[in-house]
Amino acid sequence: MNGAPTLALIALILGLALWIVLARETFAAVAGFIAYGLLLTLAWVGLSAVDVAMTEAAIGAGLTGALLIGAASRLRGGGYAEVRTRRGLAVRVLAIVASVGVTAVLVVCLGMLPEPSPTLAPLVADNLAATGVGNPITAVLLAFRAMDTLLEAIVLLFALIAVWSLTPDAAWGQRPDISHDVHPQGVLAYVARVLPPIGIVIAVYILWVGADAPGGKFQGATILASMWLLVMMAGLARAPPVGSTGLRAWLVAGPLVFVAIGLYGAWAAGAFLAYPDGVAKPLIVVIEIALMPSLAVTLALLLAGAPRNAEAAP
Amino acid sequence: MNEMWLGYCAAGLIGIGLYGLIVNPQPLHKILAFNIIGTGVFLVCAVVARRGAVPGMGGDPVPQALLITAIVVAFAASALAVALLVRLFEVEGSTSLDEEGASAKADRDERRA
Repeated sequence: MNGAPTLALIALILGLALWIVLARETFAAVAGFIAYGLLLTLAWVGLSAVDVAMTEAAIGAGLTGALLIGAASRLRGGGYAEVRTRRGLAVRVLAIVASVGVTAVLVVCLGMLPEPSPTLAPLVADNLAATGVGNPITAVLLAFRAMDTLLEAIVLLFALIAVWSLTPDAAWGQRPDISHDVHPQGVLAYVARVLPPIGIVIAVYILWVGADAPGGKFQGATILASMWLLVMMAGLARAPPVGSTGLRAWLVAGPLVFVAIGLYGAWAAGAFLAYPDGVAKPLIVVIEIALMPSLAVTLALLLAGAPRNAEAAP
Repeated sequence: MNEMWLGYCAAGLIGIGLYGLIVNPQPLHKILAFNIIGTGVFLVCAVVARRGAVPGMGGDPVPQALLITAIVVAFAASALAVALLVRLFEVEGSTSLDEEGASAKADRDERRA
């Protein structure tokens, strides 16, 4: 990107951020946040981070937006539609001083970044051939820094456990309820029938090309999760009960395969998560394929939230 | 120097998010503001990654990969925050953190008692 479009993009991003912060209506703020996430996607592309752009569009704008819209509609009716009260003038002035101060310090720090910038890119380029994958991001995620990715998958599980632990006692073990009142012949039900087959194919494709081109399991898992959410929201399928053993097996299968391959590396190559020579790429592909369904189920259930409906039969 | 402009944009986003976090009494607006701060931090990291570009790679892939991890974890954190908020709303019937809302609730409780 060159000068003028970048500056226009920056103006739009900053303007939308201000709109989100100053909006008095919760729905307006959330809608602004989704548009903001999509604009940020362009900024990521401008910074040559296409993989990050895809993740931002899918998770940062898409899933987070859906989560916040769901929350805004659930909280409606509690005097939540509008922000009627604000902090007093003194607090607002102090807040402006604090935020301008933080911004100024950050701008100064950005000006002091070392030149030339330290980079690990040559190291990655030198060792990329050993992993057998062509996309450097995938190589970092699943070979050079595989431990981070493993811990991240486990963090997602912990977040889901924390969300489920907010279930009221009476509803424990039941299904999260995210279905809307939809007409069985309506547009949402129709889309929920037509879109998932296409979505599943795209998700698998994004997973598969992730080895050599932008894409990968997170982006694919998000698409799978959104397809499942669409079906559940349209009332065509119900969410699984959180007490179900089968569901829990799905959730932990991916991380368990990851740990097992890590232990295999400890035995065969001398370090946890090290891959023996020559089989790095097959092992990476196995981890990606095993992680994707677990990630998809975890992301979808994080969005669905804790079960609340105590009277529904388990 | 395009990436430096995006870096200044990120610094501005962090400031705007901080303002929203302090000023808005509603927790859902605070979650939104917190997400804006988060995206600002991510954008700074992406600028640093972009500055580490070498021929053949548009940016340093290590921070870029960490950013993907960060975005996914930020979603998990937002989901947890929203779940806490929804539960609080179900138990209390109100979630505002400002004094006026709290005193209104105290009045209601008094009347009920």
